[in-house]
Amino acid sequence: MKYVVKKFITLIMTLFLVSVAAFLAFQIIPGDVVTSIVGMEAPPERAEQLREELGLNDPPLVRYVKWASGVIRGDFGRSYRYAKNMNEMMPVKELIGDKLPVTLWLAALSFVLIVLVSIPLGVVWARAGNRYLDAALNCLTQISMAVPSFFLGVLVTYLFGIILKLFAPGGYVSYRDDFGKFIGYLLFPALSVAIPKIAMTARFLRNSLLTEMQSDYVRTAYSKGCTKRRVMYGHVLRNALMPVVTFLGMIIAEIVAGSIVVEQVFGLPGIGRLLISSINTRDFPVVEILILYITFVVIVVYFLVDILYRVIDPRISEK
Amino acid sequence: MKKKLFSLFLSALLTMAVLGGCGSDGTGESSENNPSKETVESSQSGTEVVEHPQYGGSVVVGIQQDIDSLDPHKATAAGTKEILFNVFEGLVKPDKNGDLMKALASDYTVSEDGLVYTFTLREGVTFHNGSPVTANDVKYSLDRCSGLLDGTPLISSLSVLTEVNIIDDKTVQVTVAKPNTELIYSFVAAIIPAGSGEDENASPIGTGPFSFVSYTPQVGVSLKKNENYWQAGLPYLDEVNFKIINSAETALMELQGETIQVYPYLTDSQAEELKNKFQILSHPSNVVQALYLNNADPVLSDVRIRQAICYAIDKGMLNEFVAGGNGGLISSAMLPTLTTYYVDLNDTYGNSANIEKAKQLMTEAGYPDGFDLEITVPSNYEFHMQTAEVIAEQLKAAGIRAKINPVEWNTWLQDCYTDRKYQSTISGVTSDMTPGYLTNRFQSTSKKNFINYSNPEYDEVYLKAAAALDTAEKAGYYKQLQKIICDDAGSAFLQAPPLTVAVSPKLEGYVFYPVYVQDMSTIYYK
Repeated sequence: MKYVVKKFITLIMTLFLVSVAAFLAFQIIPGDVVTSIVGMEAPPERAEQLREELGLNDPPLVRYVKWASGVIRGDFGRSYRYAKNMNEMMPVKELIGDKLPVTLWLAALSFVLIVLVSIPLGVVWARAGNRYLDAALNCLTQISMAVPSFFLGVLVTYLFGIILKLFAPGGYVSYRDDFGKFIGYLLFPALSVAIPKIAMTARFLRNSLLTEMQSDYVRTAYSKGCTKRRVMYGHVLRNALMPVVTFLGMIIAEIVAGSIVVEQVFGLPGIGRLLISSINTRDFPVVEILILYITFVVIVVYFLVDILYRVIDPRISEK
Repeated sequence: MKKKLFSLFLSALLTMAVLGGCGSDGTGESSENNPSKETVESSQSGTEVVEHPQYGGSVVVGIQQDIDSLDPHKATAAGTKEILFNVFEGLVKPDKNGDLMKALASDYTVSEDGLVYTFTLREGVTFHNGSPVTANDVKYSLDRCSGLLDGTPLISSLSVLTEVNIIDDKTVQVTVAKPNTELIYSFVAAIIPAGSGEDENASPIGTGPFSFVSYTPQVGVSLKKNENYWQAGLPYLDEVNFKIINSAETALMELQGETIQVYPYLTDSQAEELKNKFQILSHPSNVVQALYLNNADPVLSDVRIRQAICYAIDKGMLNEFVAGGNGGLISSAMLPTLTTYYVDLNDTYGNSANIEKAKQLMTEAGYPDGFDLEITVPSNYEFHMQTAEVIAEQLKAAGIRAKINPVEWNTWLQDCYTDRKYQSTISGVTSDMTPGYLTNRFQSTSKKNFINYSNPEYDEVYLKAAAALDTAEKAGYYKQLQKIICDDAGSAFLQAPPLTVAVSPKLEGYVFYPVYVQDMSTIYYK
């Protein structure tokens, strides 16, 4: 219990520090949000009016406190950049709330793909006595890991979209309109996210399995008369999965925060793309909340991994 | 051994990818080459000849940026205005020749002294919500733009309005502070229903050929046909979607996958890649691209140095390199499309480089061994970046050591445009349809004079040009202005870059305007 409280305080502190850092970064980087909104030709009165509306005439400290107290009260503010209708700007909550399902579904699909493929692959690989299969898998995973995700996305689009015509490139359908089609389209970006991660996880698992195979308890198990199969699935795999769980946790944190490049290539309106465009347009309220979200996700996932660890391996909490 | 094998594999994969790309392009050529070529020709020779326009269908247009506002009076980005052109209309609107056509006003008169404009409203025009357009709506819209409503003008050129009066339900009279014959172009400002600018939750309502359906940030804008559009027979399409695509590679994929049918921002190399599958249409844009020189810079404040830069640039070659020869070469601040006011000054520095002359001027100015020049470029504009690379090479030949400094757009706005802290920059100024727009910024006191150009003679002539009521006299002054800034080498003016559009071979009727708009009302399926 004490442990949870400690973690919780760390979380709050980190969120606070991160939000201050992001705020300061926005003070330092060149580029004025008002000029960015009204452009070069607007009358100066209009720029001044907007500056007042957005509260940019307040001193930085006052602005930060205003913003932070809003967030604590659950008011995330409004985007500087995205309009909701003719006279209102989009509330940040609504803006992010609309994009989050896209990123989360993409993350979920990718994660399922990663787990479904990488774990069997790692096991098969570790058991493969065949020199050629080993070399082939080695090569394949090396390549999958080395190809930049941008290029991989283009390759996937080209192969599945234009040559095999399994999906229409850029034919994204909103989850609100047709959920089935939405998932159908999302499979291909998920594939692009998953491929390098599958390679990494499979490699990781294989190495972990091979190391475990050398352990004393394996020899003991064999001498007790266990079958190869029983040794593998009953003893080695469980132990070997330990480091893999950490690794998978890191992957979750990464993909839930938004796969910026893949979202860009496939034209998915997700969190990652929103972050990039908001930074470009100096849309401070949106960037702050997105950064907090990402920080939150990373910390919470790591925390969960930590807990999971204790569940799988009781030795840790004893120490 | 492992490493070697790996690199072998990688190179094999890359080769496969490249060959694969070529192979499919090749097949595309053999099967589709001929028909698409014919369509290009037919569409270029006669957009006028409407043979069998079909009604119905929907089109997806790829756009590069998200829109900045759904309020037509507050929208400033060219990328937003090009869309809203389909939804909103003013009392007058631009036509494809760069003239004005009467839109919501069926007629207008300007008093002899140029101070009073009287607009008669067109009969039977309704907003998308069904209510008729009245003098009240017009007054509201003009008051709002000009700042008469709440003291904050939304459109600078209309801030000279002093009074908007309703004469009767179909007549509105506008009074201005001082006469300016170019003011009529500002009445393209959108007419919106009275009060809608203050109404929370108001969705955009105009009178254009398409009505607004929805906007989703980062996805795009959907429009549907306005069944009651006042121009008979228009539009043809039932539905138009503007879809945001923010990478050039994605745009190419989507064009090939036919998820988008129109894409208006092709680079020269993309156009080459697509020319077998699409109609590629090209037209000079309304952008003045230049190597803008900060006249207040210690080195560049010497007119001889600025002239040397102009002589050192090979515009002809630049045009071939970055614009496929489709750009319109210019040597001053005016666009050739404004035919009445434009004067061709390309002979002043020549269209090819004159290195000797450039070196001579630099020696006279005290820089026989050249100097360092920093060129700041907004890196999100691929075209400006490519131009900068070519220019930097050309300047090297004259001993000018140019260094490119790519910056992000907002940084450019702040450093170069607002604070004027730069040495030189390659960028473009997008014009409206008036000659004043392109020239007034170079008055020494103008807020928009980001090159710090200062010449009392220029200021004097500009005031005369703005005040002149007679077109011929006005044109004379504008030509004089162009000559002054060209001789002073206020900046190294380069070209009006081409606007290159990919249009699906199934579509017909794409029209170029002298302003930056995507008019979807004339497009139809063959």
